[in-house]
Amino acid sequence: MALFGKSKYWPLGFDIFGKKDEIVIKEAVESNLGETDGSGEKQEKAEDVSLRCKGCGKEIKKSEAGRYRICPDCGRYFRLGAKERIYLTADKGSFVEFDADMTAANPLDFPDYENKIAAMQSKTGIKDAVVTGRCKIGGYDCIIGAMDSSFIMASMGSVVGEKIARAFEYASENKLPVVLFAASGGARMQEGIISLMQMAKTSAAAAKHSEAGQLYISVLTDPTTGGVTASFAMLGDIIISEPKALVGFAGRRVIEGTIKQKLPDDFQTAEFQLEHGFVDLIVERENMAAKLADLIGMHYSKEGDRL
Amino acid sequence: MKAYDKVKIARHLSRPTALDYFNYCFDDFTELHGDRLFYDDGAIVGGLAKLGGRPVTLIGIQKGRDTKENLKRNFGQASPEGYRKALRLMKQAEKFGRPVICFVNTGGAYPGMGAEERGQGEAIAKNLFELSKLKTPVISIIIGEGGSGGALALAVADRVWMLENSVYAVLSPEGFASILWKDGKRAEEAAEIMKITAHDLYDLGIVEKVIDEVPGGCHENFEFTANLIKHSLEEELPQLMAMSKDELLEKRYKRYRGFGVYNE
Ligand SMILES: [Zn+2]
Repeated sequence: MALFGKSKYWPLGFDIFGKKDEIVIKEAVESNLGETDGSGEKQEKAEDVSLRCKGCGKEIKKSEAGRYRICPDCGRYFRLGAKERIYLTADKGSFVEFDADMTAANPLDFPDYENKIAAMQSKTGIKDAVVTGRCKIGGYDCIIGAMDSSFIMASMGSVVGEKIARAFEYASENKLPVVLFAASGGARMQEGIISLMQMAKTSAAAAKHSEAGQLYISVLTDPTTGGVTASFAMLGDIIISEPKALVGFAGRRVIEGTIKQKLPDDFQTAEFQLEHGFVDLIVERENMAAKLADLIGMHYSKEGDRL
Repeated sequence: MKAYDKVKIARHLSRPTALDYFNYCFDDFTELHGDRLFYDDGAIVGGLAKLGGRPVTLIGIQKGRDTKENLKRNFGQASPEGYRKALRLMKQAEKFGRPVICFVNTGGAYPGMGAEERGQGEAIAKNLFELSKLKTPVISIIIGEGGSGGALALAVADRVWMLENSVYAVLSPEGFASILWKDGKRAEEAAEIMKITAHDLYDLGIVEKVIDEVPGGCHENFEFTANLIKHSLEEELPQLMAMSKDELLEKRYKRYRGFGVYNE
């Protein structure tokens, strides 16, 4: 049995928080907080807004996309918010959020950064671009994190780096697997060099977790690029991707500008990465939670003991 | 001096390269080639040398001085194979208990088609992961441009130093301006607010030491700066070598773990 003793992240016992947070997440999902159509434009909290599908270009009513947010016409996935992702993955009532109130500072005194953060917080209902916590998946205790591309394209600054490093450290101490849903446009420009250092920080924390003999499953979702690809997202013991997700390091326009030619449409997709040997498997969204449970189960007993 | 003036010096075609320092500061440099997987990336150079009689592993990102040389060096933009060659040499250094000294000078990792196909992101990530736990001392010196993840892949170290006119940033000022303001021509303005100069990064605690250059830059007096580098290494390496591996790795972990500013 893994021990979940006293922890600074979790002073009051998880049942109470678990239920409370489950309600928060359910509300977030049901009111579509943080949901965007991928154009970065805010969606109204209307009952049944329309989303533009990136696959077929059609306007799809949100209700038609279902709980997994999949285009009924072409099967393309809409992007999910962090809390929606956790809601679809964690066992009901099991999620306890860590560091829920951590917010960005402005280390470089970057003009207007505080205002930008405040605006994103009120638009998305989350404090920064990643939500982390502990939960159960298929009955297995684990640490979970999900990035949210509606928050400044899920760019990685100090808050994202710190929450992910803490998640790995908590998992190392408590001998738990980590499941991270990556999504990112890259580094948080407004934090300059500090954001670059988050790549080293998260990778070092992942290395410690690995040295502790624990399982890390990285799930790549649309889009996983830049400094997140070049750090913890590519360091999973097992790397899963959602179908058709954009996964790469350099941006398409940067590459096209460098090589002076157009890239094929399927360049830097999940399927491209599978073919080139950089992801282990592609898993459909509706099967993700069950597949994660299967894979974790190959490493742990239901009680949390390593097999 | 404006930050962008330093960018120009850091990019100067005559700026001394990694190989210049390998040959001047160390004895008996022998270059070792290849990643043992795919090919030999000319943008990354490395090998064995001696410093005060002690064997060291040297790794550098190498820029060319002219078009012909830059065909081989790819303008100091490494491919995944370059980072994998670097990692191979780092692991070799760990096996034989040699310290690793990296000389970083790159605008960034190469954004090409082949580089993506062969896992540029994975190659950089793997270096960050492995360097964070490499059981031998690592010192990295930014000698020109320290461009983003492509530089960081050789700069997860026990000590990171910068030459006075070098710059180190999450992105080039041009790229920064074009992302943030959709106008790459505002690079000078971007350079000012990005905090990319050696003294800015020293003040932020990102680097431990700034190494002087003569006015105008170290291409005006190479020996002056090269001697300072040599003396700094001779002073620092014995101290790092004297630490236990556990202490070394714990301090290296804390060095990176501490980077980040947030409210809670
Ligand atoms: Zn569609």
